[in-house]
Amino acid sequence: MIERTPILDVLTHVLLVLCIALVLLPVYLAFVAATLPVGAVNSAPMPWLPGDQLFANLATAWQREDLGRQLFNSMVMASGIAFGKISISILSAFAITYFNFPFRKTAFALIFVSLMLPVEVRIVPTYEVTANALTPFIWLIETVTGGMVDIRLRWNLLNTYEGLILPLIASATATFLFRQFFMTIPDELAEAAKIDSATPLRFFFDILLPLSRTNIAALAVIMFIFGWNQYLWPLLVTTEENMNTIVIGLNRMMPSMDAIPEWNVVMAGALIALTPPVLVILFLQRWFLKGLVDSEK
Amino acid sequence: MPDVELQGVRKVYAGGVVAIEGLDLKIEDGELLALLGPSGCGKSTLLRLCAGLETLTAGDIRIGGRVVNGLEPGERDIAMVFQNYALYPHMTVRQNLAYGLKNRRTPGPEIDRRIAEAARILQIEELLDRQPRQLSGGQRQRVAMGRAIVREPQVFLYDEPLSNLDAKLRAHARLELKKLQQTLGTTSLYVTHDQVEAMTMADRLVVMNAGVAQQVGRPMEVYARPETAFVAGFIGSPAMNFTAGTLGADRRSVALAGTTVALGTMVQGEAGSAVTLGIRPEHLLPTRADGQDAIGVLEVALVEPLGADLLVHGRLFDETETSTVRLPGSADARRGDVIPLAVNPADLHVFDAASGRRLHTIDEDRKAAA
Ligand SMILES: Nc1ncnc2c1ncn2[C@@H]1O[C@H](COP(=O)(O)OP(=O)(O)OP(=O)(O)O)[C@@H](O)[C@H]1O
Ligand SMILES: [Mg+2]
Repeated sequence: MIERTPILDVLTHVLLVLCIALVLLPVYLAFVAATLPVGAVNSAPMPWLPGDQLFANLATAWQREDLGRQLFNSMVMASGIAFGKISISILSAFAITYFNFPFRKTAFALIFVSLMLPVEVRIVPTYEVTANALTPFIWLIETVTGGMVDIRLRWNLLNTYEGLILPLIASATATFLFRQFFMTIPDELAEAAKIDSATPLRFFFDILLPLSRTNIAALAVIMFIFGWNQYLWPLLVTTEENMNTIVIGLNRMMPSMDAIPEWNVVMAGALIALTPPVLVILFLQRWFLKGLVDSEK
Repeated sequence: MPDVELQGVRKVYAGGVVAIEGLDLKIEDGELLALLGPSGCGKSTLLRLCAGLETLTAGDIRIGGRVVNGLEPGERDIAMVFQNYALYPHMTVRQNLAYGLKNRRTPGPEIDRRIAEAARILQIEELLDRQPRQLSGGQRQRVAMGRAIVREPQVFLYDEPLSNLDAKLRAHARLELKKLQQTLGTTSLYVTHDQVEAMTMADRLVVMNAGVAQQVGRPMEVYARPETAFVAGFIGSPAMNFTAGTLGADRRSVALAGTTVALGTMVQGEAGSAVTLGIRPEHLLPTRADGQDAIGVLEVALVEPLGADLLVHGRLFDETETSTVRLPGSADARRGDVIPLAVNPADLHVFDAASGRRLHTIDEDRKAAA
């Protein structure tokens, strides 16, 4: 609905500006805090205008925790999760939409049900499997043989990138979104490809994948940020410092009871931590908007 | 070019819908066979069975003598033109044309040659580097044709390829397609529900109803001698007028509600049985009021001037149903007029009321036997 009345125009703009201010205010405060010396940041009220200590604070934050290493870890984890989620979900959506196999509906229902099982809910069993990825197989063999066989096998994923990424890469949401998108593609396109002697995989790579690229871009942004923001899971599976992600590093910077509360340094760390996701959004936003607003015909 | 043979073809969909009811059909080498019928009669199903997009419930399909029942669409050496064209939206016209050839590992120079050739025939040379969404409906239709042509298949399958065009463009594309068919001479199966299209394009046509082939024949043959009341009503526009009656004792006349119409010759069927008399609007001719040959009087209820023709609707034979008469555009008729009408007995069609089958005249039978 598009209406053109001056009052409405003003009203919507006022509302828009208010909302933007609401969203940006905390970010601005973080920025200001990151530019102040430690004394100013702890004075009440805190100054509203930036100081001149930005680079000093950034440097301090960078050295206090191993932020370079942690940025890299977060980067690997977030990209791995985004890539994994998209690859797995687009393939499952392809299978569910275009193939007629036994228990297809059951498979879809199971994927859908897994929406109710985010990592927080299944954290104990997931941790157990990550500690020894062979646990399910050992359990299976021992059950089948009635406990006659005692197996000692270990494949430890704690403190590895696999351990950070694999438990998080199944996505019911993305599968569902891809399925919905595939269902809007006319059947005749698949049929034309069949007549053009395309194998199912050729159809997938030559036609489905290029048509899905805006959706893929949009999901990549969302999933990257989802991965970047993970806190609980990395906290659990990484015990060695060189495997920590930046979100954990940030948490470790938080002032403890007896130390001087150096919020300026923490905020400088936060600025560093939020740079990569912002860059990803800036880089992919054209695609992101396209994917959200209109699925290109 | 090979022929296509369908033998005892039957298709029942998963839900139990019988789409094709046991059909035998042969598409001769190089001919264009049009499949005509009302919506839902199974035309697309039959075409898709030939393409291999649906599996047969029973029967055999042969292309050039080879049974293709179990073959994938890509292995059947057919090309299909879809109603909505189904062009790959993200590829240029050139890539659209090349895609099938690439998948079949056609050498590059050969692909280029065929695309150039098809583009020349269809006059889409300037469009080769555009994407489908940058094309008009008519251009898209030609690209869809091009994608079929470059394959140089044994058989073309068309599913209402012109129905997304506006009326004027459709008439133009119809001619183009016919010319193309004459040049290429590829065996074709052409699905349409537009009888003008079927009549003008087809070497032979099949009229289908509810999964059954009602009649197969050359267009003019089907028009002149419809084998069932359904075909008679379906072919020809405006549709044939039908009147219920009884076959006379001599089987040379039909008794209607108010009058008796002489048939000229004897027809088959049982004397005294219920029949349906069919007369095409263009075969009802105005005559003098006291004319000996008048078979009835039309009370004009509605007049439709179409330019070249004047369609007059009204009651004839004192029936509750309205009949239609096609008069020349220059004729003068108004609501309330009464027009005495005559008909050449050779233009009368008699159908058995129960089965809907045509009651042949003795002449027709003799000709058929010879
Ligand atoms: N995939 C399907 N599953 C079940 N029934 C189907 C399927 N496709 C078609 N039908 C049914 O089969 C019958 C024939 O359908 P078909 O598409 O062949 O008709 P058509 O003659 O092409 O009609 P139209 O002129 O509207 O395209 C219809 O009753 C239709 O409802
Ligand atoms: Mg159809």
